[in-house]
Amino acid sequence: MPSKATRTSRASPLSRVQLRWLAHARSGDKGDTANVGLIALQPDFYPLLQKEVTVARVARHFKGMVSGVERFELPNLNALNFLLHGALDGGGTISLKTDAQGKVYSTALLRMEIPVPRSLARKVGARSHTAGRS
Amino acid sequence: MTDRIVRVAAGQGFWGDWLEAPVRQVQGGPIDYLMMDYLAEVTMSIMQKQKSRDPRAGYARDFIPLMERILPDLVRKKIRVTSNAGGVNPRGCAEALLEVAERLGVSDKLSIGLVTGDDILGQLDELIARGHTLNNMETGQPVTDIRDRVQSANVYLGMGPIVEALHQGADVVVTGRVTDTGLTLGPLFYEFGWRPDDWDKVAAGTVAGHIIECGAQCSGGNLLKDWRSVKDLANPGFPIVEASADGSFVVTKHGGTGGVVSVASVTEQLVYEMGDPRSYITPDGIADFTSITLRQMGRDRVRVSGIRGGPRTPLLKVSIAYSYGYKAVGTLVYSWPEAYAKAQAADQILRQRLRDLGLQFEQILSEFVGVNATHGPLSGPPDPDAPEVQLRVGVRARERAPVERFTREIAPLVLTGPPSVTGFAGGRPAVEEVVAYWPALIDRNEIEPQVRVEILGAGKRESGEAKQEARLDSVRSVRAQQSNAN
Repeated sequence: MPSKATRTSRASPLSRVQLRWLAHARSGDKGDTANVGLIALQPDFYPLLQKEVTVARVARHFKGMVSGVERFELPNLNALNFLLHGALDGGGTISLKTDAQGKVYSTALLRMEIPVPRSLARKVGARSHTAGRS
Repeated sequence: MTDRIVRVAAGQGFWGDWLEAPVRQVQGGPIDYLMMDYLAEVTMSIMQKQKSRDPRAGYARDFIPLMERILPDLVRKKIRVTSNAGGVNPRGCAEALLEVAERLGVSDKLSIGLVTGDDILGQLDELIARGHTLNNMETGQPVTDIRDRVQSANVYLGMGPIVEALHQGADVVVTGRVTDTGLTLGPLFYEFGWRPDDWDKVAAGTVAGHIIECGAQCSGGNLLKDWRSVKDLANPGFPIVEASADGSFVVTKHGGTGGVVSVASVTEQLVYEMGDPRSYITPDGIADFTSITLRQMGRDRVRVSGIRGGPRTPLLKVSIAYSYGYKAVGTLVYSWPEAYAKAQAADQILRQRLRDLGLQFEQILSEFVGVNATHGPLSGPPDPDAPEVQLRVGVRARERAPVERFTREIAPLVLTGPPSVTGFAGGRPAVEEVVAYWPALIDRNEIEPQVRVEILGAGKRESGEAKQEARLDSVRSVRAQQSNAN
């Protein structure tokens, strides 16, 4: 389903790009909550992350994997911090998961796609596709 | 005076970290303090179990042979050490260290500061009787629900007793459950004479501690950004904080080492295990991570400044470990062709056998390593022609018996299940006891009066006393300042 941004895309054509081309990330755990710190690869990508990587989209991305999402902004570090509640199947020592401590939830978030100007998609070298067609 | 730099080097980021790191930190260039963090939530319960089998155990045993290697250099170079290696038996740890110092002939030049009072296992019933319900911070349940299964109970102490031990002349400070950040914050407060209610300084030292508490994870280890460009990780340079009296500091590492210290490497560590960035709560104060400014000052040097903080809370965190049940994880590897389909078929057969045996589990979790073990449904469609897939099945139960039986159901699949299976040479999986973690809060006034600092070794002889105990003046003075402020 096309997002609001893609519907107004005539003036500036958009592409959908995986976050891995725009950000790096690290994750950790606290009980049954995983955190993902999402850091812009370049400072000028931060406003884009701030606008497009919303709580609603992240919750949709992790649908069935987490019970709730919170987002915090760190403009000083060009970073967003996400808390993914209920992400670790009990967490800590209880969890049976390979990733019981949420160490690679970071890269799972980097799979998410957001709409960006096509010119930027070309610049970051992403294998992107036109917004709204997938 | 104001230009003075204090160097705190990280030597260990967890119990099990690279053993060469502290040696290289001591030998590779100038440092004033070596900070070694050993404790995680799970670690305390493991140590408690070891102590119940052997009253002399219960601390990070690696610490002693490690210190034996570096003690002569530490004494010669006057490098002081802060470490929570003491686990649930800091006294045993300090005494073992003293023995090593005596054997090496340096005990007359070494004062060992011993911090106790974090262990409240023995007082738990008294505290409960006095109305401390120690409710689980996540579920709200009172601790009485699990009282008979509690294995360890420790309060997170802050920098107070470390500062006190350094004031009393300790060269090595051995603690139990002191916060990771307190191990760095303590030396900075002692050296710069900061006031404990200077909350911006508390926050600055806390952020410094957070950046280096995981060792090389801030200096190139586990760094995702441009990971291929990180050089010489066979020889990782562990981080060093070069702190100034104004609370700003530079994160760096010794020359000639591998890894990298960059804005990216420090930022990745800053966001690690982060909650609300405006409110990073420690026993010593609250740090605001949105106030941090990072700047690259040259190769492998990142300046950290501008940090603001707020007053500490009247509560301390308690870490309680309790026996929860049992678990086991079994794995088998299936090869091409149709590896994933074979692994899935094996999983179905295994589950049917467990059902037919009437075994009850709290959870059975099947993962297919190579297909979806780490990213679940986000992994996308599996490669129909994957060269191999590992089936990984975990079970958990309150009772040991069903888990034990499960461990005998993996190997039979080799001759009674789908074909092209291997990777079972390790034998039956082990049954593990699940020790769960119960976070709670307690009034700091209940705990702080019992926290003690003693000096063993050279300091003991000088004072001519068997024990040199001291109340925490710094803690009391903060309390006085706070009540004045209120």
